[in-house]
Amino acid sequence: MNNVDQKTMEETAVSGTKAPVMRTIHGASLAQNLQQKASANAWDVVEKARDKDRPHPEDFIQAMVNGFIEFHGDRRFGDDPAIMGGIGWLGGRPVTAIGIRKGRGISEKTLCNFGMPHPEGYRKALRLMHQAARFHRPILCFIDTAGAYCGIEAEERGQAQAIAQNLIEMSQLPVPILSVITGEGGSGGALALAVCDRLFMLENSVFSVISPEGCASILYKDAKRNKDAAQDLKMTAVDLTRLKVADELIPEPEEFTVDTMQPVVKSLRRRMEHALLSYCALPAEELLNRRYDKFRKIGSLT
Amino acid sequence: MRDLFEKPAAGAAPQGSSDALFIRPVMSELFIETKEWVDCPGCKRRIASARVEENQLVCPRCRHHFRMDAPRRVDMLLDPVSFIPMPLSHTRVNRLNFPGYGKKLISYQKKTGMRDGLLAGTGCIKGQPMAVGVLDYRFLMGSMGAQVGDGLTRLTELAMAQGLPLIIVSASGGARMQEGIISLSQMAKVSAAIGRFQQAGGLYISVLTDPTTGGVSASFAMLGDIIIAERKALIGFAGPRVIQQTIRKKVPPGLQQAENLLANGFIDRIVDREELRELLGQILRLHEKSVL
Repeated sequence: MNNVDQKTMEETAVSGTKAPVMRTIHGASLAQNLQQKASANAWDVVEKARDKDRPHPEDFIQAMVNGFIEFHGDRRFGDDPAIMGGIGWLGGRPVTAIGIRKGRGISEKTLCNFGMPHPEGYRKALRLMHQAARFHRPILCFIDTAGAYCGIEAEERGQAQAIAQNLIEMSQLPVPILSVITGEGGSGGALALAVCDRLFMLENSVFSVISPEGCASILYKDAKRNKDAAQDLKMTAVDLTRLKVADELIPEPEEFTVDTMQPVVKSLRRRMEHALLSYCALPAEELLNRRYDKFRKIGSLT
Repeated sequence: MRDLFEKPAAGAAPQGSSDALFIRPVMSELFIETKEWVDCPGCKRRIASARVEENQLVCPRCRHHFRMDAPRRVDMLLDPVSFIPMPLSHTRVNRLNFPGYGKKLISYQKKTGMRDGLLAGTGCIKGQPMAVGVLDYRFLMGSMGAQVGDGLTRLTELAMAQGLPLIIVSASGGARMQEGIISLSQMAKVSAAIGRFQQAGGLYISVLTDPTTGGVSASFAMLGDIIIAERKALIGFAGPRVIQQTIRKKVPPGLQQAENLLANGFIDRIVDREELRELLGQILRLHEKSVL
């Protein structure tokens, strides 16, 4: 067993003496299995992450957050259906939950822009996060997007500015933020909901700076080399756990659909509740220092 | 002099030593002075390189702003001999072992005389002390990997520790693909550092030059207390080609030009290159008394 992996899997993000120790329910051998599976077939993981039958963030929010009440609008321009957000209960604790909505069926998908948010979506998310901070609610973000939308209106309304604003403000929100990538984590559009205290990734999810197709066509000048690109980008959940970008890996059943998602929901809920137990006990300053250091360490060269 | 951006020899002057005060940045080898004539993309006419060069890389006929490399930018903006460079790290950055990336880095290091696409340090503009970071478009299109992200984070922390205003001049295509998730994470890291700096009362001026897109525009470039852009700079989230592929239509001309961002309310001012130093000097002086 690779030491690094074992450490990452069992490492506690909150390692203070008072905080309870967090352990994953699955042993090291499972992690090793997962690693072999995933690094052998990065492209398979990409395909699974994009599978149309895979549960979406909205399914997770409905299944995990009791009594979820959805709120709308960014109070500036409009309401982006590609991002859903609201409040509800997780383990007896009020939380704010935000997720990307991909939609099912062509009309719903079109309405949600296939899960590619516009700037007003990110601004709605940020508004709800500020609200959460005001009422001391932890924030849960459920991410599954090919990326932020790259269209004319998105440019005109400041897609770059909206994402940048989320990054800087999420790094300073004094309540715990837990993010989970359930499928695709597409670049800045996913990162805009992933500046968090603890990042969870489902076994067959990916998180990358660029799509494998994009990387292949730009760097390899050959769009057909997407499989190589998927491998080279180290974008699977297992790779990211090893790189210490993701903190926890959630195993999936072989056939992963809305009908078979219960075990995943259960394990994710348990781990999130467990994480909140620790993070909610931290003073805000300590919480923010740790969040700062979490990102400070990634690609730190000193 | 070239040593400044190469690996320093053992026992070389540490950051901020007084030796560095007398070193001026090297000039680009990649660019204009290597040719006698250039074709201006603005007026499509052929001009003597020397004439463009003595005019701060602005076409004397049509005012087209040629892209400017980082050493030249520092030279143009800062008071003479005031620049003290902050060295970049010598740690290996190809952590994903991305095929071909290591070689590419070395070849660009040789071509530009820089370690990566960032030139950072402290100095003065019109007598006002400040910390400055300049991205260099010549180095893999100014893309941000760990070196640039880490450098900018350390620069911001340095500005905070020394109570200096911070200026970042962006010229970048975005996050560096070859560093995968590490480069994406730099967006959050630099933004978080700037958040702390601004919270502590620091002044951050973001200068956008051609081009500023992708992961750079979607992080620190758009977070300035004051955002200034050079005339006609391309600024946006996605590159024009990606937009075209997404919408399957022609992108309207000027959509991502600085002038359009100004009209839409995303930047504070547009400047001609020769006014930039003067403007920064004035803004810095207006913030002289601000506490940090």
